[in-house]
Amino acid sequence: MSRRTRDALVGYALLVPSAVIFVWFFFYPLVRLFVMGLHQQNRTGTAERYVGWSRFGDVLTGEQFTEGLRISATYVLYTVPLGLVLGVLLAVAANRRLKGIKVFQTIFSSTIASSVAVASVVFFVLLNPQIGYFSSVKFFSLSDPDTALRGVALSSVWQNLGLTFVIVLAGLQAIPDEVDEAATLDGYGPVRRFFRVTLPLISPTLMFLAVVLVIFALQAFAQADILTQGGPVGATETLVFKIFRSQQPIDQGTGSIMALGLFGITLLVSLAQFLLLERRVHYGN
Amino acid sequence: MGTELFQPTWKKVAWYAVLTALAVVILFPVYMTFVRAISQPRAYVLAGQPPWPVHPEWDAFSRAFSLGDLGRKFLVSAVVTTVIVAAQLTTSTLAAYAFTFLQFPFRRLLFYVFMATLMLPIEVTLIPNVQTIRSLDWLNSYPGLVAPFLATAFGTFLLRQGFRGIPRDLLDASQLDGFGHLAFLRRVAIPVTRPVVASFAVIAFLSAWNQYTWPRAVVTEGRWETVQIGLKTVTATTAEQNNLGFAAALVVALPILVLLIVLQRQIVRGLTAGAVKG
Amino acid sequence: MSEVAFDGVTKRFGEVTAVDQLTLDIADGEFMVLLGPSGCGKTTALRMIAGLETVTEGTLRIGDRVVNDVEAKDRDIAMVFQSYALYPHMTVARNIESPLVARRFHVDADAPPRKLTAAERSERVDQAARSLGLTDLMGRKPAALSGGQRQRVALARAIVARPSAFLMDEPLSNLDAKLRAQTRIELVELHERLATTFVYVTHDQVEAMTMADRIAVLNEGRLQQVGPPQAVYERPHNLFVARFIGSPPMNTVPGTVVRTDTGVAVQLGGQRIDLDPVAHEPLADGTEVVIGVRPEHLAVDPDGQVKAQVRAVEWLGHERLVVCDLAEHHITVRQSSGAEPVAPGDVLALTADPAHVHLFDPNTTERLN
Ligand SMILES: Nc1ncnc2c1ncn2[C@@H]1O[C@H](COP(=O)(O)OP(=O)(O)OP(=O)(O)O)[C@@H](O)[C@H]1O
Ligand SMILES: [Mg+2]
Repeated sequence: MSRRTRDALVGYALLVPSAVIFVWFFFYPLVRLFVMGLHQQNRTGTAERYVGWSRFGDVLTGEQFTEGLRISATYVLYTVPLGLVLGVLLAVAANRRLKGIKVFQTIFSSTIASSVAVASVVFFVLLNPQIGYFSSVKFFSLSDPDTALRGVALSSVWQNLGLTFVIVLAGLQAIPDEVDEAATLDGYGPVRRFFRVTLPLISPTLMFLAVVLVIFALQAFAQADILTQGGPVGATETLVFKIFRSQQPIDQGTGSIMALGLFGITLLVSLAQFLLLERRVHYGN
Repeated sequence: MGTELFQPTWKKVAWYAVLTALAVVILFPVYMTFVRAISQPRAYVLAGQPPWPVHPEWDAFSRAFSLGDLGRKFLVSAVVTTVIVAAQLTTSTLAAYAFTFLQFPFRRLLFYVFMATLMLPIEVTLIPNVQTIRSLDWLNSYPGLVAPFLATAFGTFLLRQGFRGIPRDLLDASQLDGFGHLAFLRRVAIPVTRPVVASFAVIAFLSAWNQYTWPRAVVTEGRWETVQIGLKTVTATTAEQNNLGFAAALVVALPILVLLIVLQRQIVRGLTAGAVKG
Repeated sequence: MSEVAFDGVTKRFGEVTAVDQLTLDIADGEFMVLLGPSGCGKTTALRMIAGLETVTEGTLRIGDRVVNDVEAKDRDIAMVFQSYALYPHMTVARNIESPLVARRFHVDADAPPRKLTAAERSERVDQAARSLGLTDLMGRKPAALSGGQRQRVALARAIVARPSAFLMDEPLSNLDAKLRAQTRIELVELHERLATTFVYVTHDQVEAMTMADRIAVLNEGRLQQVGPPQAVYERPHNLFVARFIGSPPMNTVPGTVVRTDTGVAVQLGGQRIDLDPVAHEPLADGTEVVIGVRPEHLAVDPDGQVKAQVRAVEWLGHERLVVCDLAEHHITVRQSSGAEPVAPGDVLALTADPAHVHLFDPNTTERLN
């Protein structure tokens, strides 16, 4: 056997373990989503009938999906811009030579240690309508359908703060000192330097981070599951929350189509990220 | 960091004040959780829920273990996390090696197919995957908890980045020395890229330990709950006992916090991989 | 336009003293080169002028103003960094323009300084770009430029605000040899045209020799000697300068002063070199010295006093370096390629040009003659 053939065989063999998992739990289920979307099962899952593509249109324009999408989109709006601004604020504050700055940097990144579930419990302590320390604050009250999503979002912002901080800080530290110094010699004060030099230079990092945070927000489930159980009156039922609840045979068709809708949105966001990454190539030197 | 010049003392003091204020805001939620965890629940409510402990009961942490069966949940989480991390390291290393050092037809295409799985979060494939697990009778079992996570394209990507830094000459030299691919992988590729491997391991650990949606979907019995799912039950407990749940939340975050402090550099490198050039 | 004066300036980074008691006056319009080996504190000295490092001790003046506590942006100084430090996200035009954006300038006679209008800025940018041949590159970003072009953009950005002094930190070190030689000449021309103070840091003595009005030689944070290139070369104040300047370096061999009825000489092992008796009048018999002679001031001469055995011959095309053993030291003799060939093992008789013999105190390393 030639070395080329042998290399090829070894190559495929090394891919097999990953490929098995990917086919089994990624690509096959993707096909299944379409199949399940095209069929309607009975209550016990013992029989199903073909309902056709028309249901895709019905579900994707239907009350349940659009409402879930609206809630998830609002959730993105609540969490992403605020998270980015706070992350930049923390990173700029902690990016300086001071004694003990490492301690602050560790504290600012500490929420990385918190899972979604832990963050949700922590905010349960703060926001729960019965026992929460801040339960009387109307602006993000969990008992009011108009504001509950804000409270849930707050726990996400807090939980992601560590990650955002760490990534922005790394972005700031990747700016060569000399570029910062050149800006000082060009007569820029701190504010102008931030907007004219620092911000443009970390903008690729912020774009990346924005995409990551959007995807996190679109996947939000545990926060609502723990803090509000989707309530009050469904005000915090995110898209994933609705998908999660569609596991009974009779709901699976609808749930599958909603999952495909989520997939489409994730794809769009990722595509945006890819285009932005392409553009970023022009920045380096 | 060109901004530290000409910092008069008052400016430094001002920065410390700002930094401290920010630190307090970030830590306050954890502090309040701690306060509630150690306070006697009824006394705390009667005292008007102040921002300090009331009738502290330090055994809350140990009682959380016995009452909430936290020990069992830790065990489940530990097994699940260990298996996932070990499996991901193995499958990703093998695949990354193939994509970096071996030539075979459709290599590029297969790489893109692998990467495409990053577009398919478990939230999207949840319904059919749960069905798969159910049909295998793997609900409430270790295989059910770990199966979809035994491989990850993120690891393949990250390790391939690391392997690409190894000069091809090294592979050729080692083949002249009579070593095969696996020997090269073990003797050269992995040792040389150890920082990347370490970063990936840490990230894999973090995401496996912190999982929520999947275990919530494939576990219906308390015995098979991971620690994260166990936390959900907190919110359902009575006001008399919820302090134990809060204690549990702190205990669950603790291993990761320790890891974060000890392995800060690896974690930061892993998290920022892809975000920042260079 | 300003002079720059260090007066007993020290800079410490914790335990490390990067610049030690530096006193140096740089005249208005002068091209001053700070020269020294790696880590001697050149960059630190330059960055103190720029205001990018604080002064630990002493005073630093620019013009009439003590600038120890003046912020960098208020010093009216431009700097060309070794890495050029161009803004990667801005076009060439915007890079060059950047020093004009935030500052106020004296434009109208008798009026307070003001910000420039967009038209005034673009006029100045065009002018600076034209003078450095960048007009065709204005729309590009730094990543799309060659090393030499980036270097020019950095220069254009430095001159556009017409600062009172230019600071340059090894600005040629990222260029290839040919471009470096060409840019040296252009920098000298630029200096003549602008008639402004230049402070230029390098560890390359060719750059220092060819461009400087005066050279300041630094070692381990301390000033060793200041003077015009020729003076530093011909009369080094101490052994460090003697060995650092010149390539190949000056031959230095320890010996003892011997006074006889006929004159003064230095005894090297078994050999002797006569010195000019008038010039070396004050030297007492028995004084320990280090004698220094540059390779080009040694000549093969049948009547030569000193005998040395050839170890190796390096042929460089236009000239030849002959390395010999002398009193357990290696010495180098520089010869034109046309001289009579020598081979390893030959014993040469050498003479030293008496006008170019340097003597140093082996303990203080200071010059004696
Ligand atoms: N920010 C700093 N912190 C601590 N030490 C420093 C710092 N900057 C410079 N030094 C030290 O000060 C000394 C002088 O450094 P400097 O950069 O001025 O040298 P240099 O002459 O420019 O050398 P080179 O030719 O290598 O650039 C060195 O020992 C250096 O390690
Ligand atoms: Mg330097």
